[in-house]
Amino acid sequence: MSERQLGDTILEVNNIGLSFGVMKVLDDISFDIKKGEIRSIIGPNGAGKSSMLNVINGFYHPQEGTITFKGETRKAMAPHVAASHGIARTFQNIALFKGMSTLDNIMTGRNLKMKTNIFWQALHLGPARKEELENREAAERIIDFLDIQAIRKKPVGKLPYGLQKRVELGRALAAEPELLLLDEPMAGMNSEEKEDMSRFIIDVNDEFGTTIALIEHDMGVVMDLSDRVVVLDYGKQLADGVPDEVRANQEVIDAYLGVPHE
Amino acid sequence: MNESLSEKTLDTFPKLLLSHARLRPNHDAIREKDLGIWQSWTWSETESEVRALACGLASLGLERGDKLAIIGDNRPRMYWGMTAAQAIGAIPVPLYQDSVAEEMSYVLDNADVKIALVENQEQVDKIIELKERCPKIEHIIFDETRGLRDYDYAFLHNFEDIQQKGREFDQSNPDFYQQHVDSTHGEDIAIMLYTSGTTGNPKGVVLTNDNCIITARNGIIREGLTDQEEVLAYLPMAWVGDNLFSYAQSYVAGFCVSCPESASTVANDLREIGPTYYFAPPRVYENMLTQVMIRMEDAAKIKRHIFHYFMAHAGKVGVSILNGESVSLMDSLLYKLGNILVYAPLRNVLGLSRTKLAYTAGEAIGPEIFDFYRSLGINIKQLYGQTECMVFICSQPDGEVYADTVGTPSPDVEIKINDNGEILYRSPGVFHSYYKNPEATASTKTEGGWVHTGDAGYFDDKNGHLKIIDRAKDVGKLNDGTMFAPKYIENKLKFFSYIQEAVLYGNERDYSTAFINIDLDAVGNWAERNNLAYSGYIDLAGLPEVYQLIKECVDKVNADLAQDSRLGNSQIRRFLILHKELDADDGELTRTRKVRRNFVAERFEMLINALYSDAEECHVATEVTFEDGRTGMLEADIRICNAECYPLKSSPQEAAA
Repeated sequence: MSERQLGDTILEVNNIGLSFGVMKVLDDISFDIKKGEIRSIIGPNGAGKSSMLNVINGFYHPQEGTITFKGETRKAMAPHVAASHGIARTFQNIALFKGMSTLDNIMTGRNLKMKTNIFWQALHLGPARKEELENREAAERIIDFLDIQAIRKKPVGKLPYGLQKRVELGRALAAEPELLLLDEPMAGMNSEEKEDMSRFIIDVNDEFGTTIALIEHDMGVVMDLSDRVVVLDYGKQLADGVPDEVRANQEVIDAYLGVPHE
Repeated sequence: MNESLSEKTLDTFPKLLLSHARLRPNHDAIREKDLGIWQSWTWSETESEVRALACGLASLGLERGDKLAIIGDNRPRMYWGMTAAQAIGAIPVPLYQDSVAEEMSYVLDNADVKIALVENQEQVDKIIELKERCPKIEHIIFDETRGLRDYDYAFLHNFEDIQQKGREFDQSNPDFYQQHVDSTHGEDIAIMLYTSGTTGNPKGVVLTNDNCIITARNGIIREGLTDQEEVLAYLPMAWVGDNLFSYAQSYVAGFCVSCPESASTVANDLREIGPTYYFAPPRVYENMLTQVMIRMEDAAKIKRHIFHYFMAHAGKVGVSILNGESVSLMDSLLYKLGNILVYAPLRNVLGLSRTKLAYTAGEAIGPEIFDFYRSLGINIKQLYGQTECMVFICSQPDGEVYADTVGTPSPDVEIKINDNGEILYRSPGVFHSYYKNPEATASTKTEGGWVHTGDAGYFDDKNGHLKIIDRAKDVGKLNDGTMFAPKYIENKLKFFSYIQEAVLYGNERDYSTAFINIDLDAVGNWAERNNLAYSGYIDLAGLPEVYQLIKECVDKVNADLAQDSRLGNSQIRRFLILHKELDADDGELTRTRKVRRNFVAERFEMLINALYSDAEECHVATEVTFEDGRTGMLEADIRICNAECYPLKSSPQEAAA
């Protein structure tokens, strides 16, 4: 997989520094994400992985450094800019509307694609109606893609955890993102669910050409899926490279994969 | 096409398709739920799709007599593949889509498949894996493109590209399609269906157009079916039943067939379509009933009371009302009230509101289950059939429906019972041959066209209906000489909702013993209601309380058997509950989910030895295959339990009942 030809750089972070008071959460982080790749961010608990994703989609504003997304350089992202410019994400602890159906949750992901105003939408007339149909079709394609037809009308709160994760992926996909941020998509899953999820991540990348930034704890999954891997530890960047390089890096082995005895 | 379209000239499927496209061009022929919506194709649209595909297949080099494998869920494109092949004189060979590559390789090789039409990446991967071993496969055509973007093989084609190629071919050879359709004949081979093979390798049953079409038409006439029927195609396409109900009869009568969205949405799709003509094996009816009962147990008290009150009333008079017998005015009024409160909503939930005719076959169905559906007003009937004659041998005529028989011979079918009790038949549906297997053909299809069914049975003295006891070769003897009909007893056990599967042993033994598979849903729910904690299947299966529950079922079967002088000695003395579900992936069941008794016996030999000893417990370790093909070991200590046996008490007259 690492042999794949990667496209141009879609996102680049340079010398990012983020602190909460005296706590330095991210310190001089620089890496890039190329179009069409699966890029993983790994590291032990508290390494700053989720903070890094939050910086990318504008939830946190770093004190130092710049973010360049699709050629535009900013001091910090704003969440609405990130969303409207094609960045979508899923969360470590699922953030779906529990009382709403799978279909409705996925439809919420289409929100930014809807152009008509609330007046037309309330009347369900004319352009709003046409738009609703188009968006419903897009949502149905995602349902088909993720193989969740059987739970289309079920409230997501009643679904098993693994399926909720899948619905959340569906909602993120509904925004037709160029860059998809996945925060531990396989946390708490059994091995069969992990295999399914890996399959979906590869398929999303493959079918839609979506660039994916992935945080994951399961090393097997990360090494199999990723084109390139960034390793963080206590807010510092330890390594950056293809899985084999990272696996061979002594610092990474010591910090994360464990120090071999003898 | 000439003007005189009589039944005689419509003797092949492509000809029938052309005639429907002319007679009812705007009538829906097939539907599929896709993107949450039922998408339909009319007969005339179907005709042009099939035509494009047929020409495309021809331009890929598929010729008269070549075989086209069809592997996938029930999808319009898969069905079109069948007609398209038939139109150019090629022979479709549907395969079970959930078979692992290994199982497919035998059929693909044996059938000399030249092109494989498959649904998706999963199937493409299997065929590519097998391609080296099956060099006769020249091309693969796939329906769904997902995941296949990076596959770069010259032999791999997109369905739509092939149709496009076909349309171009059709334009430059405008007479090609019609000429080929005209040159198909009733006696030509229409399809090859592989029997699942309870023993040995599967055999390819070769059926002609006449076999399929005449049998389908006889069934339609007998039951008065029209082009207005609605049918849900959800059973494997490789199975003869699906070929008859969803393909042959649809083409003969002109009714519409609907393909569900996915295997997991069948129950929902069934409700949306509301089929008027429905087929399901007993297992499906059992599952539906179990689901209803489980949900009722969890319902509010008042609902539960209303349900049980009216179900008891339906049990009393429902069957008589369906059979058109007269009941008292009070009973009739109460039934009508029950219909409003319980029966109609329940039929609706089951998706059987509009069902005029529901068939079941393949296994014996439990009398309680059978009567449950009939008492709700659903006209469920049993039929008896085989792949070797395109299903129909016997079916139950309206008004003469009994839970323990399979009815009277279907039109044009003759039946005789030979000396050892085996059923033989002769009909227009009798198959051409087993593919490349003249010995098997000769031993099954004997002099005068009589076919050996391998089933033992007899005509009931009271009503003249055929009654099936068991596979003829399975009927054995205990050491004391009494008849041992394992299937008969297994079925009695399986009629209990707690028992999913039972395997009886006793041939040439001193007494009968049984392996039991619990039904995880039913027993799990029972355990929850009784506050029993368990961690999983193995744990649940080993609980002493569960053993007690199953023992009560076995005891009841024994009490029942004691009534029958012929079978009374084969009461079950000892039984055990297996620690794993019997599974087709482990080879314990066939793909149609029939138990392979001898295989199970070999696999669990130590358990059988324990059953025929004084042991109270036996340790067993078995290799299991997971769905992804990996294997692992499963170990458990299995308890062996003695059942209650009852003294025989009966006269021969009672025994016959």
